[in-house]
Amino acid sequence: MTTTRRAAVLGGNRIPFARQFGPYAEASNQDMLTAALEGLVARHGIAGERLGEVVAGAVIKHSRDFNLTREAVLGSSLAPDTPAYDVQQACGTGLEAAILVANKIALGQADSGIAGGVDSASDAPIVVPEKLRRKLLRLSRAKTPADRARAALTMRPTDLGIQVPANTEPRTGMSMGEHMAVTAERWGVTREAQDQLALASHHHLAAAYERGFFDDLMTPYLGLSRDQNLRADTTLEKLASLRTVFGRGENATMTAGNSTPLTDGASAVLLGSEDWAAAHGLKPLAWFVDGETAAVDYVSGDEGLLMAPAYAVPRMLARQGLALQDFDLYEIHEAFASTVLSTLTAWEDEDFCRERLGLDAPLGAIDRDKLNITGSSLAAGHPFAATGGRILATLAKLLQEKGSGSRGLVSICAAGGQGVVAILEAA
Amino acid sequence: MARSDGYTSFVNSGVGAKLATALGLPRPVPLRRHSPGAPLVDGPVLVGGHADTPAVAALRAGLTSAGATLTEVVPETGRLGGVVVDLTAAETPADLESLRATLAPALKRLGRCARVVVVGRDPRAASSVAQRAARRALEGITRSVAKELRNGATANLVLVDDGSEGAALGTVVFLLSARSAYVDGQVVRVGKGDDVAAPADPERPLDGKVAVVTGAARGIGADIARTLVRDGATVVCVDIPAAGAHLAAVANEVGGTAMQVDVTAADAGARILEHARTRHGGLDVVVHNAGITRDKLLANTDAERWASVLDVNLRSILAMNDTLLAKDGLRDGGRVVLVSSIAGIAGNRGQSSYAASKAGVIGLVDGYSTDRALSRRGITVNAVAPGFIETEMTAKVPLATREMGRRLNSLAQGGLPVDVAETIAYFAADEQSAVSGNVVRVCGQSLLGA
Repeated sequence: MTTTRRAAVLGGNRIPFARQFGPYAEASNQDMLTAALEGLVARHGIAGERLGEVVAGAVIKHSRDFNLTREAVLGSSLAPDTPAYDVQQACGTGLEAAILVANKIALGQADSGIAGGVDSASDAPIVVPEKLRRKLLRLSRAKTPADRARAALTMRPTDLGIQVPANTEPRTGMSMGEHMAVTAERWGVTREAQDQLALASHHHLAAAYERGFFDDLMTPYLGLSRDQNLRADTTLEKLASLRTVFGRGENATMTAGNSTPLTDGASAVLLGSEDWAAAHGLKPLAWFVDGETAAVDYVSGDEGLLMAPAYAVPRMLARQGLALQDFDLYEIHEAFASTVLSTLTAWEDEDFCRERLGLDAPLGAIDRDKLNITGSSLAAGHPFAATGGRILATLAKLLQEKGSGSRGLVSICAAGGQGVVAILEAA
Repeated sequence: MARSDGYTSFVNSGVGAKLATALGLPRPVPLRRHSPGAPLVDGPVLVGGHADTPAVAALRAGLTSAGATLTEVVPETGRLGGVVVDLTAAETPADLESLRATLAPALKRLGRCARVVVVGRDPRAASSVAQRAARRALEGITRSVAKELRNGATANLVLVDDGSEGAALGTVVFLLSARSAYVDGQVVRVGKGDDVAAPADPERPLDGKVAVVTGAARGIGADIARTLVRDGATVVCVDIPAAGAHLAAVANEVGGTAMQVDVTAADAGARILEHARTRHGGLDVVVHNAGITRDKLLANTDAERWASVLDVNLRSILAMNDTLLAKDGLRDGGRVVLVSSIAGIAGNRGQSSYAASKAGVIGLVDGYSTDRALSRRGITVNAVAPGFIETEMTAKVPLATREMGRRLNSLAQGGLPVDVAETIAYFAADEQSAVSGNVVRVCGQSLLGA
């Protein structure tokens, strides 16, 4: 393949995001991903179609879901000969899946595809302690009754217990919030600024619902037709009254109000070539221009856990010959309000941009009126792998509303010190 | 989807049949419904009437090519599938004897779910008082025969314009077919029109058509979508965003598209038209099926409750049609089908707002169907008025009320959503170019408002 072509974002669908142990408590990842696919298929009238591929994933996954996306495709109205595979890059999963699909389309290896993601914080895989697991495996290997008895006798009451997956970095033992608290303090992000951002997220999301913005981006699921976490009537006073949950002492600024809650949900985005779109009567919303991933060394403490997008964006901008200000819209995933604010502050910081990014001048400030204008994860919630699809579909539609040529930047931080970013341009 | 009520099953069982006969209880039978490939009628069709008219000749030819076996006399053995009686030549009440003479012996030999179709002329176009009386009498006869019939048989009247007999064939065929299972005691007017070619594939009369169905997520709307697709159309399924999950399931089942739009939104019509154009190249059929009830005695109805019903059931149709029926909207030869209700004809206690909206829908049919600009573009406008239909909604009605609704009609049972859908599909076909301005009740000849 010597030439490339443009890959288009054609539309999206997600189910409303539910709070942990809420209405989706009994729904599996496969159930939710299938629901997201079904809504997408119905919206675009592609029941029975064979697509190039469906790529999706979940961050917290049961071992039985080894073929999660393929199983969801088989349970959907797509043609059963549509191939699928799983990817997993923590919270970057959804956007990474879209980069993969877009690249195949650009290279002519596929004409169409769906990128998605799903996560359940409720229907979590429960694991037994490592010691007990080994003993159970030994028991299942035992061939004679005597062997079996011997294996069983090695088990001790103290072996019992269950482990639920935790939002903890294995190499530091610190939770993501604790990591973020360190970064927030490093960049001097104030409690007020975080609460302001959280407030804007809720109000923007509520306003978008009010104007019917999500009518063609969402399909209700299990009785929920709006994101359950949304607090349309929240105020700065309410947010200010919450006690801090991450960080220590006087410098603690992070609360349940300016951090994303654990959430269940799924999203899916339809991508295709121009020809495939035309053949199916679909109008491209936006072109998938570019994507970039980065990782930082957070283990040694050299950089903050969620700061990788700060590195990925300038690399992508340099490649595209763009300045940070050359965008009409910015979608910066609100893992925590302080994540967004630390990233923006870093880009304005001369030392950081020179020493860390190797730039002559700071990237500079962005027009905050262009940031997350229909809300983001603080209000909507953040089912890890589903966030990329939520943001992509939202941004593609917003850009189409703005008009041809308008440009949007996506930035998503991920566990493991990683970040995935992308550029869309209105078709 | 076949949904049988318990009573109907019981009285068709061995013990139940005996008991019902002994007690003189109504004995509804499972109705014959359309299945692709099945014959038009079960048994020969007797075609007769008053004098040898062009209408009867056209009917004979048309019914033969539609696959019916015709007969001019009641056969010695076996059962008739239907009777078609042509009274277009009736000049005076004395001529009605021809109808009696043809029908009386035939009625005793009708098979299960047989059909009686009387063909006449519109009394309003009569040239003498005697002729008008004779023509008007047909309605009384047909409705009485419909009540006399048993075993799921129906009787309906078709009024045909002089010289437009060919244009009425599609209507006669529909009323003979299993598609009209729950249409009983009705009068259908066919206007002036040229002969229309029968569809190339009789199983797919809507081949190549693009249809929009509002309120398609469940109940009658979902079956309308299924039926239009079965008949060959591509369907855009519309419902409110909150019904999106059901809507997606219906759209994917029928291979259509789902549009989450509130029909009361100011831009609903524009969005639907834009969607139909970009996705499917245009729009041919609009079925305004979306509707809500907010039942309450009028004395207890506040302005908000009142307005919500009229907004969804009536005003939204007017607003959307401003766009959908504009010059660059519905394609020439387009079809608009509205959904009224017997509540809109008979009225219903506690349903003033609903009845207002559904009677208003009949007004819409009258208004649009006499709009010359629409007629010139070949656009027809008709409505169905469902009676008691077995849906999730009627399943919630208290048992006693539900049983009343079910039994107080000539077929002694509720209809199915598909019965309403079949009549809509009939209106939507190209063959019905001369059928406009009708409100056909799909009610099993309910006693309400009759």
